[in-house]
Amino acid sequence: MNLSDSKMKLLIAGLGCGVIAAVLAYMGNPANMAFCIACFIRDMAGSLGFHQAAVVQYARPEIIGLVLGAFIISILTGEYRSSGGSAPMIRFILGVIIMIGSLIFLGCPLRMVLRMSAGDLNAWIALIGFAAGAGTGAFALKSGFSLGRAYETKQGSGFVLPAMMVGVLILLVCTPLLKFSESGPGSVHAPIIMSLIGGLLFGMFAQKSRLCFAGGIRDAVLMRNFDLLIPLGGLFAVMLVYNIAMGKFVLAMNTPGIIAHSDSLWNVLGMYTVGFAAVLAGGCPLRQLILAGQGSSDSAVTVLGMFFGAALCHNLGLASSGTAMNAETGELVAGAVTPNGKVACIICIVICFIIAFANKRKQS
Amino acid sequence: MEIVDARGLSCPEPLMLTDQALKKANGPIKVLVSEPHQKTNIEKLAKSKGKKAVSNAVGSEFEIVIS
Repeated sequence: MNLSDSKMKLLIAGLGCGVIAAVLAYMGNPANMAFCIACFIRDMAGSLGFHQAAVVQYARPEIIGLVLGAFIISILTGEYRSSGGSAPMIRFILGVIIMIGSLIFLGCPLRMVLRMSAGDLNAWIALIGFAAGAGTGAFALKSGFSLGRAYETKQGSGFVLPAMMVGVLILLVCTPLLKFSESGPGSVHAPIIMSLIGGLLFGMFAQKSRLCFAGGIRDAVLMRNFDLLIPLGGLFAVMLVYNIAMGKFVLAMNTPGIIAHSDSLWNVLGMYTVGFAAVLAGGCPLRQLILAGQGSSDSAVTVLGMFFGAALCHNLGLASSGTAMNAETGELVAGAVTPNGKVACIICIVICFIIAFANKRKQS
Repeated sequence: MEIVDARGLSCPEPLMLTDQALKKANGPIKVLVSEPHQKTNIEKLAKSKGKKAVSNAVGSEFEIVIS
């Protein structure tokens, strides 16, 4: 079974992922955060006590399902391959950068598309930054950027992250050890079993279709190949229909309660950072989870970098706040990017440029 | 025959190196990759350029001859 060898199959995979996201939104996931990789990793980091932001702590079963879905389908179809050794610490840093950029914008590339489908004009503006960032990464690749070769490793190395995810699932279901938000986005979620099944199916679709948000733009820029944009179109179309049908489509910028802010410059720069770092790392946050599930220790290290980045964001005050309505006064309180977040974002962009132009491919 | 050794490289490096080699080569080229999805991508690239691709598994890796 291969969902990446024809445009029709890629579209079907995208539609499948869109339906899963729509069902999870319907079943209770936060408004237009139906399936956000960065937000959900941040929530999981909180549930494990890596940060103390009480409103974003929940071991999201979607993340567990994604990794395990990719792991199971790659084992069943002979695509599992344990590998590693391609500049792991640089990939760790890229994971940290991806998370910081995401939490300045308030969403990963997947959530950016979900927000776009709900009419959030901030996400459409951020798309400019994401495309520019991915384009900068593509330029670096064209100039000879490479993190070097990965090599086959002991089978067990690729099992570690999926096994850790099983461990978190056991802690979530069988023990009271994990932190769990009593209010805020972390407290809003679909039933655990639905989230887990949704994650498993999404992970399988994404593994077979090579779904990657950064890869879609990168391939279009580098090789005039638009194949990876097809499933993104399918996902967007399903969520657009869902949002219109459910009355959740609001074409506006300062919408309260949707966990988004309207600081356009930093929406652009946040997603520029994510697009740039994701192309250097070889894939968006979703793709990193999928590759980690199919045995890549390099991607697993990038995922750990994202967990570390999530903790930094909330421990050092880098994450932005969303626009909200003051329940008592009825006034609109604009969401904002923090001064610390702005400094961190600039530092992240500088580090991306250093990584991009200091790591050149060896001529064979 | 020119050999493109793209084993262990991240996407889209195998595709970029193959594309460069196809532009320069006069005859067939052999591409070595590690991951199944990279094999599929190389086959698609060859097809899009009107070339024939024959793939073989070599251990846990792949060898694709494009002619």
